[in-house]
Amino acid sequence: MSRLYVARNPRVAARSLDGEMMIMSGRDSTLFTLNKTATILWQSADGTTPLDEIVEHRICQEFEVEPAEALHDAETLARELASHEIIQISEEPIPQPNPAAGESR
Amino acid sequence: MPELAAEVERLNLIIAIGGMPVRVNTTDPAFLDILQDRYSGFLGSAERAEIEFDVDVTVPVYPVPDIGVRVTQRLGRWSLQAGDFLAEWEPASRTGRIRQTANPYSIDAVLRIVHTLVLAQQGGFLAHSASAIRNGKAFLFAGVSGAGKTTISRLAPPDVTLLTDEISYVRKQDSGYIAYGTPFTGELAKLGENVSAPLAALYLLAQGSENRIDPIPPGEAARSLLANLLFFAEDEELVQSMFHSAFEFVSRVPVSRLTFVPDSRVWELIG
Repeated sequence: MSRLYVARNPRVAARSLDGEMMIMSGRDSTLFTLNKTATILWQSADGTTPLDEIVEHRICQEFEVEPAEALHDAETLARELASHEIIQISEEPIPQPNPAAGESR
Repeated sequence: MPELAAEVERLNLIIAIGGMPVRVNTTDPAFLDILQDRYSGFLGSAERAEIEFDVDVTVPVYPVPDIGVRVTQRLGRWSLQAGDFLAEWEPASRTGRIRQTANPYSIDAVLRIVHTLVLAQQGGFLAHSASAIRNGKAFLFAGVSGAGKTTISRLAPPDVTLLTDEISYVRKQDSGYIAYGTPFTGELAKLGENVSAPLAALYLLAQGSENRIDPIPPGEAARSLLANLLFFAEDEELVQSMFHSAFEFVSRVPVSRLTFVPDSRVWELIG
């Protein structure tokens, strides 16, 4: 089974404020507020850590959830975030041009 | 030998909003009269304008195409386009050109857009909000159409100086923010006063059964401010600047919800 890699899109603006992660698309100025799971996914999306490892080490540690179910939900979430161009997804590691790009200030 | 063409007189005036003088050049005396009337109170006399626009006044074409507003940048030159105007502006040379008919609305839209572009690079913004000065401090009252911007402006007591009932002008300065009066009006149809003051608070308007001020969480403050900012440009860098400016603003300026009944007692809570 192929692994999925996720990377933050450096072309969006992101800020964490009082525990809330907000992201604005640079393309069309749409504002997104991420829930807790999406925030973990966003913060872990470094392009090199596979999604299943993010789920195992970050999401399952945070929530009481079965790993298989959590991975299924995380893949759905990742594809949704990718559809809004908040993150990129690939079956190969995603090189990041600037490691700091896209991180919240 | 007689001259074949008479020299066309070049007319100009300075429109100074938010402390930024913009020179408008035209050869059309009637259009100049329109501008003098429209921007009364905001006409300056600066020798050196920060921006200079040549306006080509064109013949009306009907119907005006409804294409929305497009603001794009290419190679350092901004292009501003709507059904009733076409404009270009080059920040490096501080010059631009506007093609429009002799009306005050098109140049008004161009000025709003250009001010948002300039302010976005400086941490400031234009916002859908009324604003006013009381006791030397400025207050913003933000909300969508119908939230009460015009109502709270109309209820302002005599010691309050109204900056605008529709679009507020906020400039970042050192550790704080300054609110300026604007000629951009809403239902009140009354130009704001051309004065400024340090910004003390942003109130998010809500109409209710009593007058009260409630704190709101920082995330909601940022979201609400972002929802009320005027921004037109299709430019990722500027969108990011605006986004971060909004967060910077809510970290420095108190943001609260102002619930009010429509009578003048609400002003007992302000200032």
